[in-house]
Amino acid sequence: MTDRTGEREETALASPPIDWIPILIPVAVALIALPLVGSFSTWATLTVAALAMGMIIFIMASGLTLVFGLMDVINFGHGVFISLGAYMSLLVLRPLMGWVESPSLALNIGVLVLCILVAMAASGLFGLVFERVIIRPVYRQHLKQILVTMGGLIIIEQLLHVFFGGSPITIALPQNFRGGLAIGADVIVERYRLIAVVVGATVFLAMMLVLNRTRIGLLVRAGVENPEMVEALGYRIRRLFVGVFVAGSALAGLGGVMWGFYQQTLTIGMGLQVLVLIFIVVIIGGLGSIGGCLIGSLLVALVANYTAFLEPKIALISNIALMLVVLMWRPQGLYPVVKV
Amino acid sequence: MPDPLLTLEGVHTHIGRYHILQGVDFDVPRGSFTVLLGRNGAGKTTTLRTIMGLWKASQGKIRFAGEDVTVRPTPDIAAAGIAYIPENMSVFSGLTVRENLILAARAGKIDSARLEWIFSLFPAMQRFFGAAAGTLSGGQKQMLAIARALIEPRDLILVDEPTKGLAPAIVANMIKAFREVKNAGATVLLVEQNFMAAKMLGDAVAVMDDGRIVHRGAMAELAADHALQHRLLGLHMDAHQ
Repeated sequence: MTDRTGEREETALASPPIDWIPILIPVAVALIALPLVGSFSTWATLTVAALAMGMIIFIMASGLTLVFGLMDVINFGHGVFISLGAYMSLLVLRPLMGWVESPSLALNIGVLVLCILVAMAASGLFGLVFERVIIRPVYRQHLKQILVTMGGLIIIEQLLHVFFGGSPITIALPQNFRGGLAIGADVIVERYRLIAVVVGATVFLAMMLVLNRTRIGLLVRAGVENPEMVEALGYRIRRLFVGVFVAGSALAGLGGVMWGFYQQTLTIGMGLQVLVLIFIVVIIGGLGSIGGCLIGSLLVALVANYTAFLEPKIALISNIALMLVVLMWRPQGLYPVVKV
Repeated sequence: MPDPLLTLEGVHTHIGRYHILQGVDFDVPRGSFTVLLGRNGAGKTTTLRTIMGLWKASQGKIRFAGEDVTVRPTPDIAAAGIAYIPENMSVFSGLTVRENLILAARAGKIDSARLEWIFSLFPAMQRFFGAAAGTLSGGQKQMLAIARALIEPRDLILVDEPTKGLAPAIVANMIKAFREVKNAGATVLLVEQNFMAAKMLGDAVAVMDDGRIVHRGAMAELAADHALQHRLLGLHMDAHQ
């Protein structure tokens, strides 16, 4: 409800200030954890690992938050695009094993980039079909969305079973991404985790650039808020929905590649296994908020890592507890998106 | 009488099990400022939303510039040249004023001469042009909503109660701006509860009650006939003070 009474001419208005509190929370959590962990090198290792894990979770969750926020679609099938992406990397890794084992950094990067491109293309294509066949008939019907997207997930999982078999598949990291980098005397950081941080940060910056500096981005942001008014301005919101769904699926595929290399073992159910975590991140961040999604991912990963080290039994419930605390403080997530 | 730009013939609209519009007939002449009056719940907003295709007519015909737009999707209706300013303004809060206008200018960029004209209608807008729309006051949001409809030439502008809840000074400013828009030759269909504002702007008037048009004619005639106003709108003399 807009307050339209007592109007007055106001002087120049500044842009809304950045809400720093959610940004500072992961920093605060990390600083609080330092004395609890005790050893600086252990704390640094845990923190970098959490940043890497958080960035991969962000990549996987960012597509879902846009789909959730813009299309109001609860897509439980999102998990299977993660598995699909991870398995599509096999199509690159198997014929290019020489690149994986090569000491050349360029070839190692090349094989990772190829894995990412193939996975994103395949997941995006499946996303296009998934939106047409599974999602489109159930727009605005949440219960049916949950049921049919779960059904779609099971079908694609079974297809993966048919083509790749049911056994877990071990994959090797490219030569130069293996092992750790020593920082100072005691701190050792795994190279692949640093790469995951770089890829995650690149995805975040690219998304922010697209959302804030392009017309498509403006449309997505406006559509998340008020899809009806976007249509009344003459834009076909359905096309935008399809585009966002395809992009979200492709991002899940990218996340699948990164997660697969992180785990170094592929299983058909790997996407479903992280789906609950991804939903927690999306809810914590605020539906449709990319910034919130990033902060939520980092927060979830940091809390999970620190509690797993300090009190492993609590780690099992740490994410749910975190979501509870955040929602008690901000019921619509860290960065709520105004919806009309 | 100029050609009708918009014609509604026996339009019915159902929302769920409610039968809101029950055979609406009226024309909006090209170049005119037509006011749709009526008490709360008479169906005025539903009429605008049905024209815009946001709610589909279950029966009847809506013609715009000679084309049947009854079943066309909303983006096509907007692309045909109809702008819509909803009652709640529906500015995009997370976008700046400038970004709101960029989206409304479907050509991709804002025409600077057009923007200057809008600034002449709402000089205050220059001061909050870079601000997020969510930070604006109600009056400023209304300016933005109107500017969004004017940022590129449209054949018809549908406006839903632009003065609702605004302070008198802001309403006066709004009326002045709409007069300018009218003088520029725009065709406007305005839903309004504020009879004084309606009287100052309207060329033609249609009065709705219970989902039907119960009166059509020149605004000047209705403005001069207090008995008719009282019968149609329940207005007393003090409404004219």
